[in-house]
Amino acid sequence: MTAVPSGVRADDSPASRPTTGDLSAARPVLDAPGLARVVDRMAHELLEKTRGGADVVLLGIPTRGTTIAQRLAARVEAFEGLTVPTGSLDVTLYRDDLRLKSPRALEATDVPGDGVDGKLVVLVDDVLFSGRTVRAALDALADLGRPRAVQLAVLVDRGHRELPIRADYVGKNIPTALRETIHVQLREHDGVDAVLLGPAL
Amino acid sequence: MKRHLLSAADLTLEDALLVLDTAEELAQVSERTVKKLPTLRGRTVVNLFFEDSTRTKTSFELAAKRLSADVINFAAKGSSVSKGETLKDTALTLEAMGTDAVVIRHSWSGAPVNLARIIRGSVVNAGDGTHEHPTQALLDAFTMRQRLGRLEGLKVTIVGDILHSRVARSNVLLLKTLGAEVTLVAPPTLLPTGVDAWPAEVSYDLDAVLPKSDVVMMLRVQRERMGAAYFPSVREYSRRYGLDVDRAAQLQDHTVVMHPGPMVRGMEIASEVADGLRSTIVDQVTNGVSVRMAVLYLLLGGSEPAIGSSSETRMGVAAQ
Repeated sequence: MTAVPSGVRADDSPASRPTTGDLSAARPVLDAPGLARVVDRMAHELLEKTRGGADVVLLGIPTRGTTIAQRLAARVEAFEGLTVPTGSLDVTLYRDDLRLKSPRALEATDVPGDGVDGKLVVLVDDVLFSGRTVRAALDALADLGRPRAVQLAVLVDRGHRELPIRADYVGKNIPTALRETIHVQLREHDGVDAVLLGPAL
Repeated sequence: MKRHLLSAADLTLEDALLVLDTAEELAQVSERTVKKLPTLRGRTVVNLFFEDSTRTKTSFELAAKRLSADVINFAAKGSSVSKGETLKDTALTLEAMGTDAVVIRHSWSGAPVNLARIIRGSVVNAGDGTHEHPTQALLDAFTMRQRLGRLEGLKVTIVGDILHSRVARSNVLLLKTLGAEVTLVAPPTLLPTGVDAWPAEVSYDLDAVLPKSDVVMMLRVQRERMGAAYFPSVREYSRRYGLDVDRAAQLQDHTVVMHPGPMVRGMEIASEVADGLRSTIVDQVTNGVSVRMAVLYLLLGGSEPAIGSSSETRMGVAAQ
């Protein structure tokens, strides 16, 4: 398995784009309290937009999307005492850029017990970029069942969409140049909560 | 560049664990309503079986189909052409059709290695003579890990016709890589020459080894490969080297009993043991599909394979 720098899924961007950045040169866009506030707001928005979130299933895209999904679920539970089924959905086998690189190790797919049929599935990812990961996730989801509706929550929207995809819940819009890098760091993986913007390479 | 899976020895520890971890995720697909992934769409896999096989052929076919590859079953058996020419000509024909991978089973040890030298696509060894059967070893390791939670330090006993068994050879090589300790138990006549060079212990006394084993793998006596008598009688073989109910009672509580199939009930294994709670025989078949999906994905799923051996093969070919 190849090491992926914090918060940057190498496969989130076409081969021509930078996938690593110099973290020391990156500047913080969100610190830990800021990130926590953003997740709190997203949890409130989720409850508001889904009218209480009764039939919601949160599916995070590994690895950091899964963690963010778990945090959203924890906040929803803290605010309204509602337990939202939460899982993860690996999209590797549905990607459109599989043939550009050597095969990758798979991440966990873990769908909550009741499945996705008839549910409101909210896909959760850390960074929305080209939109290709989300397209793959929609295909993967279709093979798992038929949700009532699908929504998308992302911590960071950095623009540069290559497909007609938009998020329903956005933690922070960060306008970027194509060659800049976004690093989402989460306590569970990186020991610290932060979002960093790295300089163009 | 890694391209083929010809021998279990081609897999590094990292490769082997990657296959097992990938297979674990892919196993979920078999439990879904839609048992299909788009991953190998547009790729062509040829099943080239020169030897009888139900289990392995079906397993490979299902694995390739679940990944959306196109599968061609090449009926090689019964060809009247001289065998050496057939293999080469067949290979060139397949090459000309633009196949991405060839899954080959052949009664000649080393046939897959030769095929790998001829064609551009990936070659997967699905059993060659008395030499190797690497995907069987992978599915066995997967099953052991699934049942016992680990592979490192496991005491694995392989019993029976080691001489003619490609399963035994591949298992010894792979389990060595994975850190398990293998003991081979067989009558002296059914051990290959040079077995002392294998990374395994050898014993002739099944009863002494059984209580210490975490895994007992029984092998069928391959009488179709035997020109002469290797043991006095089936009954005597069964009494000394068969896993009957009394012997199974000596096993530790957690010990599992495996068999690569096809098995001869009442000879190397008693029906009660084969159908008992310790037995993983059905799991092995289920896991075979997942493991072969993992191998096909890792060889064909990307721009270049993630596991396996280069076409410049480094392994020796067993004497028949």
